[in-house]
Amino acid sequence: MAAAEGQISPQAFQDQAPRERSWHEIVLQTLKRNEIRLVPYVPDRVLTTLIKNIHADPFFTTFPTAREEEAVGIVSGAWMGGLRGAVLMQTSGFATLANVLASLAIPYQIPLIMFVSERGTLGEFNYGQSLVCRTMRPVLDSLAMEHHTATRLDEFEFIVDRSIKQAITTQAPVALILSPLLTGGKVFEK
Amino acid sequence: MNVMTNRPARNTKVMNRFDLTSRLVAKLKNQEAVIGGIGNTNFDLWAAGHRPQNFYMLGSMGLAFPIALGVALAQPERRIFALEGDGSLLMQMGCLATIATQAPKNLTMIVMDNGLYQITGAQPTPATAVADIVAIATGCGLSNSAWAADEEDFERLVDQSLSATAPTLIAVRIDDKPGVGATRRDPVQIRERFMLGLGVREAL
Repeated sequence: MAAAEGQISPQAFQDQAPRERSWHEIVLQTLKRNEIRLVPYVPDRVLTTLIKNIHADPFFTTFPTAREEEAVGIVSGAWMGGLRGAVLMQTSGFATLANVLASLAIPYQIPLIMFVSERGTLGEFNYGQSLVCRTMRPVLDSLAMEHHTATRLDEFEFIVDRSIKQAITTQAPVALILSPLLTGGKVFEK
Repeated sequence: MNVMTNRPARNTKVMNRFDLTSRLVAKLKNQEAVIGGIGNTNFDLWAAGHRPQNFYMLGSMGLAFPIALGVALAQPERRIFALEGDGSLLMQMGCLATIATQAPKNLTMIVMDNGLYQITGAQPTPATAVADIVAIATGCGLSNSAWAADEEDFERLVDQSLSATAPTLIAVRIDDKPGVGATRRDPVQIRERFMLGLGVREAL
């Protein structure tokens, strides 16, 4: 729009163009649009801003839990009570969930929505993280669970919004894996 | 001989899970939700007479209290009870701190403590004869936690929790008897009927 006026420098264009929404703004807004109010989490560096913004928004009830499966139990109970939720975690946290997925979320048909910040790939510096990351998709596939790896900002809202709606309408869990290609990931700092 | 009876620290009677569960269920007049943990706690809840507001777990050991916390947050006007074994609680002890922080006043947690993994062959837990569930809960910030001295005291604590302004934890020492019934293991029906019982769903 501004470029069509032909009056401003490329730098000025950048300054005046509508700011592109970040991935974490898309998550927050899409949760809201789908009436997902309860967000228990085990934190991750990449999720810091998202967690801070969810805490700052009175629409949400959000708090840390001691373990990821505890958070899964909480959103499962809440959903049965009529309150929608989603869980935030990192890759190594997902690795603790096989039992609760197989004994609670899947057999009871609970629309468990998980956002997993992906560690262990694309610049990982911790060997343990890179190994545990390799267990994530085989576990998801072995349980025939819906999962998507989000790598691009332009597809992200579509993936999140549609996946949430599908989880709720089909009463099946979904894992949304947030790739470092989307989030920047966590990199080694001295 | 039950190892629990030799514990020196407490003067609490060794009771029976089914008897206590039946006493609890008999008190429920306002469609209170009850979450039964895995194994014996939900078998005895089932045996005490199915109610539409009962939820029975199949697996995911230790999640009775987190599931109950979720229900309590979703329905603050309803009283929620959760029944958990001591072995199960040991597996998810961090949830006590989470619950203390969220402080839902409509949640009553009951810990059936026999110091045993009764269902797998009555092996002692790692905490048998050393750990005190109420001290642990209090240390996690659940100040409204108490041992029930006997059945009468248990009923009094349950009554008290109905009008509590903070989450309540009631610990009871129980014997090594197995559960009385066997829950019908149909998770979709269990979940759907629970949601009907909570008024979240209408029947098809």
